[in-house]
Amino acid sequence: MTVRIPVSMVVNGAAVAAEVEPRRSLVEFLREDLGLVGTHVGCEHGVCGTCTVLLNGETIRACLLFAVQANGAEIQTVEGLCTNGKFHPLQEAFRDKQGLQCGFCTPGMLLLALEVLRENPHPTAAEVREGIAGNLCRCTGYQFIIEAVLAAAERMPAGQPA
Amino acid sequence: MKPARFSYHVAGSLKETLDLLTELGPETRVLAGGQSLVPMMNFRLVQPAHLVDINPVVELDYVRLDDGHLTIGARTRQAALERSPDVAARAPLLVEAVRHMSFPTVRHRGTAGGSLAHADPAGELPAAVLALDGDLVVAGPEGTRTVPAMEFFRGPFETAVGSQDVLTEIRVPCWPSGTGHAFLEFARAHHGFAVIGAAALVQLDGEEVVRAAVSLCGVAGVPVRAIAAEERLVGAAPTPDALEEAAQAASSGLDPPSDVQGSGAYRRKLARVFVRRALSVAVKRAKEDRS
Repeated sequence: MTVRIPVSMVVNGAAVAAEVEPRRSLVEFLREDLGLVGTHVGCEHGVCGTCTVLLNGETIRACLLFAVQANGAEIQTVEGLCTNGKFHPLQEAFRDKQGLQCGFCTPGMLLLALEVLRENPHPTAAEVREGIAGNLCRCTGYQFIIEAVLAAAERMPAGQPA
Repeated sequence: MKPARFSYHVAGSLKETLDLLTELGPETRVLAGGQSLVPMMNFRLVQPAHLVDINPVVELDYVRLDDGHLTIGARTRQAALERSPDVAARAPLLVEAVRHMSFPTVRHRGTAGGSLAHADPAGELPAAVLALDGDLVVAGPEGTRTVPAMEFFRGPFETAVGSQDVLTEIRVPCWPSGTGHAFLEFARAHHGFAVIGAAALVQLDGEEVVRAAVSLCGVAGVPVRAIAAEERLVGAAPTPDALEEAAQAASSGLDPPSDVQGSGAYRRKLARVFVRRALSVAVKRAKEDRS
C-alpha cells in the first residue's frame, strides 16, 4: 500500500502543496511533480552535485533529501535565477565565457557558484576552484566555469544576493 | 523511485525519537543528515521499514564549552561544527577532520552524530574523536549511558548504539594550550573517501613531549588508536628520528584490508608516512602556539 504524505513548501517564491510518497526525493518531486526540469539528476547518491539546489538558502543535494523533509522549506532552483525573463549575472557570465558545453552540470553549478559568491563576493581563481570542487563537469575541464564565476563576481553589484 | 518503500515519521524531540524507535521496532533507522544513509538506501544496500527523521530535534543541535569539555549535540550539522569558534579554539582537530569530509554542500546536511553512528571505517570524525579520548552519550529506553570512544566502535558500520537507541551527544575533553594538532589523509580524489587518515595531538613542555595521541582511519574495521606511537613519543624530544620511529610503531602492528583503493601493504605504508607527517605538523603547531 502506498501512503502519501502532504507537503507544502515555497519553490522559487511560489507556494506549492502536494501529496508524495515518503521515498520520493526532492529532485524527483521538483522535476516530475512540479515540472521544474531545470534541476538535473545525475548519480542519485550524492557524488556528482548535478542536483544541487538551495534549501533555505544553503546548497544541498536534492537526490539525498526526501521531498517530505522539505515540508515548510524554501527551495530555489535554477528556474528561480532569472528575474522578469532576464538572466542572472552568473548565467550571463556562463554564456559569455562558455562555462558550459553539454549543459548537464550547469544548473547545479550555477547554484553552487551563487553560494560561493555569496560567501566570498570577490574570490580568487583558486577559491572558486575549491568552491565548485564538489560538482562534476565532464566537458569543460572547469577552466571556463572558473572564468565565468570570476567574471560574474565583477559584474554582480555589491550585496546583490540574487 | 530508488529506495525501497518505508514509512516516514518525524520526531520533534529526543523523547519522541525514543518513543518512536521503541514503538516501530528493530527495522527502523534514524534519519539525520542522510548523506550516508540515503545513498545506501538509493542503492538498496539498506531497506529500513521505517525512518525516524530527527532533523527537527533542535535540542540536539548545539556546541557548548563547559568544565574543560566541548559538548556537541548529535544533530549539530558538520558545517556548524566547522564554523564554531569554540571548536576552533578548543578542539581544532575536529575542524580539520571535518574539512576532509566531502564538500560544503554535503556538510550543510551531514551531522556530527550521524558520522559517528554511521561508523564508516574510513570516517574522519570517528578517528578524531578517538584521538581526543571523547565520550559518546547514547540514550535508550533504559536511560542514558556514556560510552568511551574506545568502546563505541564495534566493527565496520557497527557501534554501541542499539536499534532502540539514539546517539545524543559527543563529549570531548579539551587539550591545554601548547597542544599541536593535525589531521591528514590520503584520498584518490580531492575530498574523496579517505584511503587512510591520521590524526595527531602533541603537547610539549619545553623540548619534551608530555602527551601525545595518534589515531588512524581506513586501516581496519574500526578507527585505531596507535598507543605504541604515543608511548614512543612521551618523555622524548620530538626529533625527526623520534617521529619516524613513532610512525613505524603506529604502522607495524596494522593489518589493513585490501580493496580497490589500495592493498593492505600500501595502506600500511601510507599509515607510516601520514602519521609521521601529522606528528610533524602537530609538533610545529605546538611550538608556534607556545611562542
